[in-house]
Amino acid sequence: MSIPEIFQTMSYGPASEDSGYVQDWLKKHEDGFKLFINGKWVRPLSSGKFMDSHNPATGDFLAKVSVAGEDDVDAAVKAAAKAFPKWSKLPGHARAKYLYTLARLLQKTSRFMSVLETLDNGKPIRESRDFDVPVAARHFYYHAGWAQIMDQEFPDQVPLGVVGQVIPWNFPLLMMAWKIAPAIAAGNCVVLKPAEYTSLTALYFAELCEEAGLPPGVVNIVTGAGDTGAHMVNHPDIAKIAFTGSTGVGRYIREATAGSGKKLTLELGGKSPFIVFEDADIDGAVEGLVDAIWFNQGQVCCAGSRLLVEEGIADKLIEKVKVRLNKFRLGNPLDKTVDMGAIVDPVQLSRITEMVQKGKEEGAEIWQPDIEYPEKGCFYPPTLITNVSPGNIVVREEIFGPVLCVMTFRTLKEAADLANNTRFGLAASVWSENINRALEVSSQIKAGVVWVNTTNQLDAACGFGGYRESGFGREGGKEGMYEYLKVKGEWTSEKGNLIESPAEQNSVNRDNMIDRTAKNYVGGKQARPDGGNTRIILTHNGKIAGRVGEGNRKDIRNAVEAAFKNPGWSSTTAHARAQVIYYMAENMSYRENEMIMQLTKLAGVSKKAAKAEFDMAISRLFSYAAWADKYDGMVHTPPVQNVALAVNEPIGIMGIICPDVMPLLSFISLVAPVIAMGNRAVVIPSERYPLIATDFYQILETSDLPAGVINIVTGDRDILSEVMAKHDQLDAIWYHGSAAGSKMVERESAANLKRTWVNDGRARDWMSLHGEGRRFLREATQVKNIWLPYGD
Amino acid sequence: MTAEKQILINSFPRVTGCDFHPGWVDEIRVNKSAVDRRISSLAGRRSVKKQWQAAWLLKAISCIDLTTLSGDDTPERVKRLCAKARNPVRPDILEALGFAHQNLTTGAVCVYHEMVETAVRALKGSGIPVAAVSTGFPAGLAPLETRLAEIRASVAAGAEEIDIVISRRHVLTADWQALYDEVKSFREACGEAHMKAILATGQLGSLTKVAKASMVCMMAGADFIKTSTGMEGVNATLPVSLVMIRMIREFYQKTGQKVGYKPAGGIGTAKLALQYLVLIKEELGDEWLNPHLFRFGASSLLGDIERQLEHFVTGRYSAANRHPMG
Repeated sequence: MSIPEIFQTMSYGPASEDSGYVQDWLKKHEDGFKLFINGKWVRPLSSGKFMDSHNPATGDFLAKVSVAGEDDVDAAVKAAAKAFPKWSKLPGHARAKYLYTLARLLQKTSRFMSVLETLDNGKPIRESRDFDVPVAARHFYYHAGWAQIMDQEFPDQVPLGVVGQVIPWNFPLLMMAWKIAPAIAAGNCVVLKPAEYTSLTALYFAELCEEAGLPPGVVNIVTGAGDTGAHMVNHPDIAKIAFTGSTGVGRYIREATAGSGKKLTLELGGKSPFIVFEDADIDGAVEGLVDAIWFNQGQVCCAGSRLLVEEGIADKLIEKVKVRLNKFRLGNPLDKTVDMGAIVDPVQLSRITEMVQKGKEEGAEIWQPDIEYPEKGCFYPPTLITNVSPGNIVVREEIFGPVLCVMTFRTLKEAADLANNTRFGLAASVWSENINRALEVSSQIKAGVVWVNTTNQLDAACGFGGYRESGFGREGGKEGMYEYLKVKGEWTSEKGNLIESPAEQNSVNRDNMIDRTAKNYVGGKQARPDGGNTRIILTHNGKIAGRVGEGNRKDIRNAVEAAFKNPGWSSTTAHARAQVIYYMAENMSYRENEMIMQLTKLAGVSKKAAKAEFDMAISRLFSYAAWADKYDGMVHTPPVQNVALAVNEPIGIMGIICPDVMPLLSFISLVAPVIAMGNRAVVIPSERYPLIATDFYQILETSDLPAGVINIVTGDRDILSEVMAKHDQLDAIWYHGSAAGSKMVERESAANLKRTWVNDGRARDWMSLHGEGRRFLREATQVKNIWLPYGD
Repeated sequence: MTAEKQILINSFPRVTGCDFHPGWVDEIRVNKSAVDRRISSLAGRRSVKKQWQAAWLLKAISCIDLTTLSGDDTPERVKRLCAKARNPVRPDILEALGFAHQNLTTGAVCVYHEMVETAVRALKGSGIPVAAVSTGFPAGLAPLETRLAEIRASVAAGAEEIDIVISRRHVLTADWQALYDEVKSFREACGEAHMKAILATGQLGSLTKVAKASMVCMMAGADFIKTSTGMEGVNATLPVSLVMIRMIREFYQKTGQKVGYKPAGGIGTAKLALQYLVLIKEELGDEWLNPHLFRFGASSLLGDIERQLEHFVTGRYSAANRHPMG
């Protein structure tokens, strides 16, 4: 086109980023990329298989990549295990220097990395250059810092060992950074598997690890597909699996690792709401949508895929979105003038196409702009879907493509209800110029990240992760470091956790009392067990101490229902919660003699030991009353004009399964942190000595505890635990029982991905510092990061 | 071509403005961080290279209000500037670009009232309009009658465009009716001359105020809204421009009237000029990419563009002394 012609039309021309030197690097590896194990490049031991990597924008062949077999994964785990003792014992400063070097190398190779990423993944060069690579480098800088100050900030924590990490194809380099940086900063060694479509930047990163002089075995990169990942998930010597990917695979990993003792972080899918109020900067919101759902072709777990707009401005906003999309540029991702590049693979492209088609069949109206894009290659136009309700598949399911569906709301409450009307809970974006409104709705949305008047902002300092079926665990921030650490000496195996029933002595130990009727405690009332049955409770030496209700599944259902119907506790002030817990301690103190007597009679402990347990229980109530208004969140200052409020929120409704040892103290130690943080609890007390808990009802009744905050069902531990694990309204379970029961709880919790904290049959010293504190509070809360950019 | 250009400028539909609608002001919401993000992202979303860059830079030249607003301006200085406006790029470069004989000129020459007659004479026959800054420029605090008289005098002297300054105090005190009345009176004094309303955005305190002032000036009949006098601490910026042109778009949607945009002050490089053109293209559309609806208020921009064009032609980096000064 001649200059005078362009002068008239003012059209854009091509502006392609040069990829020659990246092609040269690929050519050097034309025999196929090997595996990076123990600091060396090795061929797969026995699989002999390679997979091809293609450029999704053109379909061109890029490289052959090894498929690691079980023996290769084994070799990588061995290498990591061998490297671990030395790596973990390095001074923090020594590890910090390596992370710093990696951060610097990522910056020094940033252009190469971004071109390689775009070739492999199809995302626009603008994004890989301006987002993926710098944010990845920032992650290494940030975690170099945690390595440096680890001794001061995590004095009671130790690394886990070998960590298996499985990452997705949407942000190959960035997700790799998110996984590797915190893991090795904390002193772990890593076996990482990139996604099968996008292995190349991880392989180039392995070369950078060599250049950085990272000790062999600290980082191992094994390429492959699902089978390779499965070998990692099932490997007995891996202490933790960190996974980012689909909710389906996440659920599989939860089931497969159940009972293995592996720590687990899952960053899964989302269907994040993008809420626009009538007082929003609407033009700003339109660009926000572009950044929300048309970023990385919509292949973003936290993509704002559900637009919720206040009814009065819906037409105006939709019209503006259409105008914007008609200016959209879709095409060669190496071109510096495109808004959107290629979908990662033909498989994903057809999945998107099919889901949109299904949505259409269910009545949705599909709108796509009239823009040109290449016929060859995996391209899908930005898509706007209207005339849908929450039941439509395109509203319900994660599409993972550039598809936005629109619904309207009338009030703030309705906006929050629609936002929460999903199984997911990863992120949300809220647009309003009224800070009261924005913060109110932010607090109501169940999601790990809420962006106010912005979207898809990510920073290493701000933990990222989901509520509900979007997974658990956090990446980034201090909370992300805890995912790669464990408390030193947390569990003890000296004392058993459960107490066997002795043979029944056929004698009673009633002390001439009037008969006591121990029922369940549900919704603030004592409730007869649904089945109408009771069970005999024996003392330590086999005498009959009394009967408690034989709880069944319906009792659990009723207890969860009672907790569900009383959400006020979660929004009451921390001060008010503290007062209730102090008052519980006060009311309990009136019953000192009686409770000590009950402990000695039931558990057979000495009066001195019983007194010590009682005193510690009182102290523990005081501790959590103290913590209630002190376990504060943080204010992060990510590198934009912004504050991010990291709020510790209650998880919701939690199931607590108590051990038999120290039946009073363990009960208090588990229930108090849960309610102190604003959760509601459904508790199965010690199966062996439930009378300790049933004696507690009157204390609850006199302590101003609102109905439904603590619900207690007595009965068979594992039968009731299984009902809880299979209850989709429960958000978390703490289980202190057998190893088999722990496995069952983890496995059955996979269905709704409830958070679990199980003891794997081990015991805890409830009298020690491991019996209370931040460890418990972390498990009773989840962090929500609310991003608040400011400026006028 | 000269005659044609004359006709175009004279026949371009004038903005008539409309009644004052307070609701159009009250409903305005501007979120600064969203504006900043759009701007920082846009620079990466669009890029213009090779012959496209050359053509776009020529377009930028055609939109420059080549400006001298200095206390030491003299007739000879202004004549030299006018000569540059007529021939902004060395003919051999234009030849190499295939752009010879296209009658490329700057969009206008912009001077103080005292220099209007000189400029009009120097530009005679070129079709290049003379713009006069007016109304007690830059502070705008002369008596209203003086300011109105200044407009009339400049129009009488041959200025086809009048760059007025608004009373910032009306914006700062949110007295939108007063601002409307003031700008409307300026508009009436302009007669047939096109009016550019300078907001002095660097003194308005917030982007929301910038947006509201933009809307009020358009309601009052401004043909262009313009960022700055060039004398404020902060002059034209891309975020401020985004806010103002979004108001232009809003006003167009409300009334069907197309208002022009003129960023002024601080635009000194070809690269930055391209970013402005991209912004206009993306937010307002191609229709705004011509001197009827878009101008740069700039004095040093042309020099940088000339060097870039020579670099495009020769592949060698150019030097300032190789281009005739204005």
